[in-house]
Amino acid sequence: MMSLIIDALSWACLLLGCFLGVSGAFGVFRFKDFYSRAHAASVTDTLCVFFIVAGLVLQSGFNLVTVKLIFIVVLLWLTSPVASHALIRSAYQTGLKPTLSTTRKESAKRGQS
Amino acid sequence: MFAVTSVAILVVMGIALARAFIGPTVYDRILAVNMFGTKTVLFIAVYGFLTERPEFMDIALVYALINFVGVIAVLKFVERFPPPSAQSDE
Repeated sequence: MMSLIIDALSWACLLLGCFLGVSGAFGVFRFKDFYSRAHAASVTDTLCVFFIVAGLVLQSGFNLVTVKLIFIVVLLWLTSPVASHALIRSAYQTGLKPTLSTTRKESAKRGQS
Repeated sequence: MFAVTSVAILVVMGIALARAFIGPTVYDRILAVNMFGTKTVLFIAVYGFLTERPEFMDIALVYALINFVGVIAVLKFVERFPPPSAQSDE
């Protein structure tokens, strides 16, 4: 009975992870502006990893493989936001302007930041 | 179960590659390659479970490290020598 619950739970986690991955990839493929694409890619990077690895951890029970999987999740949680930040920062530094709804001059005129 | 997950991850990798080919600016390409790398890490882990070979987790861990270092190295290079396609985002 217990293994049935664990299997169903890991199956649900894996499917949810796959769904997030596919939706993120679809977002990266369809969005018009680079910055929205970068957002779509980095959002799913962390959550999709978590759910898929959670599904794997449920499958593998409590042994060395689970410890390595937790290492992978913690590593990816730390490095992929940093990589996305570096990417977006260097894109902005070298002049890739985001397509805002209003230009900087108009927002300055209206007194927004 | 793992087969379904690995097929889904392959689809995501295909879409990321498509974005890498299309991407107008060089940063889209780096973004797509970065996403491809993290999905490769996942694919290695799932494939390790598919074929019941626990050593694949080490390979996935090393690949995650290399992917991160690679992306940062490419970014440092592109930031110093921006190609012409860096500014245009038509």
